[in-house]
Amino acid sequence: MRSTVIKTEKLTKRFGDFVAANELSFEVYKGEIFGFLGANGAGKTTAMRMLCGLLAPTSGSAMVAGFDVYKQADKIKNNIGYMSQKFSLYEDLTVTENIRFYGGIYGLTNKEIREKSEELIEQLQLQQSANKLVSELPLGWKQKLSFSVALVHMPKIIFLDEPTSGVDPVTRRQFWDLIYAAADKGITVFVTTHYMDESEYCSRVSIMVDGVIRALDTPGNLKSHFNAASMDEVFHGLAREAKRKDD
Amino acid sequence: MASVTLQNIAKKYDEGKVLAVDDVSFSVEQGELFGLIGPDGAGKSSIFRILTTLLLPDAGTATVDGYDVVKDYKTIRGRIGYMPGKFSLYQDLTVEENLNFFATVFDTTIEENYELIKDIYVQIEPFKDRRAGKLSGGMKQKLALSCALIHKPSVLFLDEPTTGVDAVSRKEFWEMLRRLKQKGITILVSTPYMDEATLCDRIALIQEGKLLSIDTPGQLVANYPTTLYAVRSDSMYKLLNDLRMFEDTDHCFTFGDYLHLSFKSAGPGQEQKLLQYLAGKGQTNVELKVTTPTVEDCFIKLTGTTAA
Repeated sequence: MRSTVIKTEKLTKRFGDFVAANELSFEVYKGEIFGFLGANGAGKTTAMRMLCGLLAPTSGSAMVAGFDVYKQADKIKNNIGYMSQKFSLYEDLTVTENIRFYGGIYGLTNKEIREKSEELIEQLQLQQSANKLVSELPLGWKQKLSFSVALVHMPKIIFLDEPTSGVDPVTRRQFWDLIYAAADKGITVFVTTHYMDESEYCSRVSIMVDGVIRALDTPGNLKSHFNAASMDEVFHGLAREAKRKDD
Repeated sequence: MASVTLQNIAKKYDEGKVLAVDDVSFSVEQGELFGLIGPDGAGKSSIFRILTTLLLPDAGTATVDGYDVVKDYKTIRGRIGYMPGKFSLYQDLTVEENLNFFATVFDTTIEENYELIKDIYVQIEPFKDRRAGKLSGGMKQKLALSCALIHKPSVLFLDEPTTGVDAVSRKEFWEMLRRLKQKGITILVSTPYMDEATLCDRIALIQEGKLLSIDTPGQLVANYPTTLYAVRSDSMYKLLNDLRMFEDTDHCFTFGDYLHLSFKSAGPGQEQKLLQYLAGKGQTNVELKVTTPTVEDCFIKLTGTTAA
């Protein structure tokens, strides 16, 4: 039986009168690539911040990697990885120094850090650049390194916030190769994107409109349910209904 | 008359170590909607900054509206509208104050050119007393476009106006651009989203400072040199790896719910051979069909990238 790694029940966040996320109830399973779509202002970031233990919900419940978002936010942070389009790598540290830094932050032993560094550098074929400053790496490599660093403490879930914005079509696809490989190893991938073709690569996709989840299913089922040829059409059909302007 | 011309423009950074723009020449006709398409770091912003007279080229010449970007920079600045990639309005002025400021700087008034910005500005007018820094991404974008248009420029430069914007708002933004084009304004727009390229009259594909191609989107696709196949099966990730191992494969990449595959050279019985190979790999429900390339396929082909 598939095991659940994220489970929310009527998860809600209000800012004053404004309901940013309204009674979200969904489950994410181990090893799946879960696409989290929505227009700007639909409430994606708010939902993601609650799941990462960075923002306390107003009401409802959520368990992430087996921990409660209200009481065990610190435990959640130890068990998830996070990467956004703004890389969190230190530009003036080398590749190895960045891995060592993040390994240290997540409490890996020196031995583990050494092993992990060698493994990552070999995997990414960065042997020639291991002692180069991150600022000297091409964008595509930075992105792959950033992804690997977010996995350095072997989290159960990795959250990717628009990881492929602005990169060339080949690098974008190579990045998805990494995502597939991680999911293949049993890591759950929770990803947001503005590229609708990428939503087709997900195991399941949820679409948020005005703070609520309007649709959640496999891309195949969503397309047949909405009688659409592509996920792009599904998304446009739903997002056009949005009343809330992204103000 | 050409509205914008570039002749052998080059720009280096970091004491000549980084060649950001490498011998680029093209021209844009009056009233054209012209797209500069390429990933981050391709040189798009450098080209825009040279054309808007904010950066001196190391070599080559360029003109905007018939004026030279180096000698006649002051004249050019009065005739163009520029929306940089980074939001550059005054965050602590209100929506209306920003618009008034830009109108005044260009020696005009909001009333004089209201007709031009009306479509766009009405959408943010309810918030005209809000500070620009407090606007959402989509509204900042509309305000920045209004400010870039308020002096009725003859050429509009938009540097990545849709980056980070969701698919629906992106489509709306492009509809606004089509309407502006009908008013006779020449528009140069850059974007990393290749699907937007089809909305331009002509596009230049750019990578690492070099132009790969300049054409209409339709012609670009028609010139795709080989047959492109779309393939899918029950097990897509395994299929990707299997196809990349196939001896005749030139490259294979994910494209939505299909994989796009092209062969090194066309040969008789190739399709049959591939289907047999995939059956041997245990693939089930294999679908193989010829497909029309997208602009992204063309970009991949032009950059000469083989299977990863």
